[in-house]
Amino acid sequence: MKCTFIVYRFDPAVDKEPRYQEYMVEAEPTDKILDCLNKIRWEQDPTLSYRYSCAHGICGSDALMINGRIELACQKLVRDFKTANNFVIEPLPLFKVIKDLVVDMNPFFEKHRTVRPYLISDEDPPEKEWLQDPENQKFFEPALACIMCGSCTAACPINRSNDKYLGPAALLRGFRYVADSRDTATGSRLAQLDNEDGAWGCKSMWWCTDVCPKSIPLTKSIAQIKRLIKEEEKRKTAGS
Amino acid sequence: MKHQFDVIIVGAGLAGLRAAIELGEDTSVAVLSKVFATRSHSGAAQGGIGAALGNEEEDNWEWHMFDTVKGSDYLGDQDAIEILARDAPRTIYELEHLGVPFNRTPEGKIAQRAFGGHTRNFGEAPVKRACFAADRTGRVILDTLWEKCLQGGIRFFDEFQLMSLIVSEGQCHGVIVYELASGKLHTLHSKAVLLATGGYGKVYKTTSNAFASTGDGLAIAFRAGAPLEDMEFVQFHPTGIYKLGILISEAARGEGGVLRNNEGKRFMELYAPVIKDLAPRDMVSRCILEEVRAGRGIDGKDYVHLDLTHLGEEVLNTKLAEITGFARTYSGVEPITEPIPVQPTCHYMMGGIAADADGKVITDSEGTPFPGLYAAGECACVSVHGANRLGCNSLLDTLVFGRRAGKEMRRYIHTVGFSPLPANPEKEAAAKIATLMESNGNETGGPIREELQEVMMDKVSVFRNRSGLTEALEKVRELKGRYQKIAIQDKGNCFNRDLLDAIELDYMLDLAEVITLGALAREESRGAHSREDFPDRDDQKWLVHTMFRYSKEEGPQVFFKPVTITRFQPKERKY
Repeated sequence: MKCTFIVYRFDPAVDKEPRYQEYMVEAEPTDKILDCLNKIRWEQDPTLSYRYSCAHGICGSDALMINGRIELACQKLVRDFKTANNFVIEPLPLFKVIKDLVVDMNPFFEKHRTVRPYLISDEDPPEKEWLQDPENQKFFEPALACIMCGSCTAACPINRSNDKYLGPAALLRGFRYVADSRDTATGSRLAQLDNEDGAWGCKSMWWCTDVCPKSIPLTKSIAQIKRLIKEEEKRKTAGS
Repeated sequence: MKHQFDVIIVGAGLAGLRAAIELGEDTSVAVLSKVFATRSHSGAAQGGIGAALGNEEEDNWEWHMFDTVKGSDYLGDQDAIEILARDAPRTIYELEHLGVPFNRTPEGKIAQRAFGGHTRNFGEAPVKRACFAADRTGRVILDTLWEKCLQGGIRFFDEFQLMSLIVSEGQCHGVIVYELASGKLHTLHSKAVLLATGGYGKVYKTTSNAFASTGDGLAIAFRAGAPLEDMEFVQFHPTGIYKLGILISEAARGEGGVLRNNEGKRFMELYAPVIKDLAPRDMVSRCILEEVRAGRGIDGKDYVHLDLTHLGEEVLNTKLAEITGFARTYSGVEPITEPIPVQPTCHYMMGGIAADADGKVITDSEGTPFPGLYAAGECACVSVHGANRLGCNSLLDTLVFGRRAGKEMRRYIHTVGFSPLPANPEKEAAAKIATLMESNGNETGGPIREELQEVMMDKVSVFRNRSGLTEALEKVRELKGRYQKIAIQDKGNCFNRDLLDAIELDYMLDLAEVITLGALAREESRGAHSREDFPDRDDQKWLVHTMFRYSKEEGPQVFFKPVTITRFQPKERKY
């Protein structure tokens, strides 16, 4: 079937302002949106730029705005859009556009770094594995599905007004290490997230959870951080 | 721009990152990757990583070694396989200590599950040997290692395309890379270079591999004088989603899933009576195609069903969550109630840059090293997988040999200084880009790539024969000719995918030629290489590694290297 693709274009070497370009694509209902972009590039316009790699929703390269909603281009098929055969393809919002659909993800990864995204333990590891309650592993397991595509952070209304806010993806990583029983830096991790640029910046608007292509309960995970902060406070008060 | 590091690592998958961690503490090291590091294809690995921990049932490394040797159809080098199997438990504990969030047993140990070809007591019955984190094992290990590198301050060059190795007087001392964002070339001067660039499944039409899996490191090393080993051995994973090739992990069968033909029959019982659906991948892929040939494909088509409906919602939504999602999204099937349509998909390359167990690239059948050049992971051939890799041995391979390569490079860099760079090292890469960008040729890359992928799929996949392979070779060479007339339409310098596609296509054409030549040369059937005109394994003549050396004038030149056999003499391979 014939589909119209209206695609955001911007080449800083040539364009003063972004523009939209229209393409007609012959697509199957089962084609991914990424397949359609590839058809445009291979058959009509090789100058179109966008990121992609695994093409099945696991590498996190191709989060885009598709018909006004943030999606992975490789995880949405033509048939998933019931309304019309018209597609408007735009780069991920919030991030600075480098060219066409390619955005600068560096600020996103910078925030990721700030949550100390690695296991910190002041215990010497045992000869074999650390034992871990399977319930503990299950508690933070949903966070492990994150592919760092940036969809949640791009969707978050708080991020748009406070550029210092860590954002849902970095907070999710924070939660993953706070919750891991093997990590002994829980106290300092919680202290780091106990402010308006951290967990309390989240106003539970659920936009991150809504757009997450891996269905991660982001808002809930951030709420868990808040709960753990409160529990830590109680413990401290009780102890003093 | 010029940069200097003791070691340059090309590729940010598990092999590259593991080597970087090994070196990072006291060595200046840079990791470069053509995609952002966490986009590396190691992250797509699903089912598990093998190690005889014995957490669920009795196991030991000798059984693991035997299974790997037998799985390799006796082509794997047994000294290297012994290293792999013996070092596996230490590797898992090390990952766990780094923070990898493995699934747990009720008592809190690392959980394990069954996987194809992994058995108890030298083939008696399947054994639970695969350590896993749901069906995103690669993802969590990749994330953990990358984050460990961030902690260690490893320097990353993300979105840089490898263009060439700097080689003078037979020694490697750096790389030339192309920066995607600016279109500029950079010279990275080093004492050692590790190639960890992964596989090249994109040579085939149906593949589980990423777009980035184009074999750049292999083709560049090959042209620089490093031989390629056992390239004819290409693994087709039995359960790719029909038409798409997206992988449905072997863990699905490890958890109890079964394959069924159009009669609803569990056909693997006939072909592998002992371990059935958990037979190795080469066998299961052939069995699926045999069923299809016998008219027992679903709806008369070239696929069968993977039935997981009896596993229950809990197992599917927790232990197999990713693949359950893939089936829903891409084939519109609900795996809780319906079988998934599957067919073999190009998944893994057993062949690669000939390397020893310390990652040193070797240049001949005696093992003479290529000074300064190292390889690890899928792009290397050590060879631990021989003619067929077992599931959950590839993650293990990347980590065991990535670490060993790191250790060896650390030793090596203290024995040498920085060699002076040759005059104008970027010349060749600059000329290559200029030729492509300024060409007025009448060809574009798209059709050449499509025709390449199609002919490799039709003639050089699971079943092969001389006439088909000869046709494929002619076609690949015709395509190589047409490639010379390729023109780039995007003249820009920023994220010029048109140019990058053309550069990758050049590499894929070279590799396709060597795969086909190897398949033509090897007149026997062994592991994943199945010749209809030579259906038997021939240990008298072919218990050897196939090696190809680049020659600009005469094309790839074949020679052979003996197989190392230590503990297990070749036997008939039955499951």
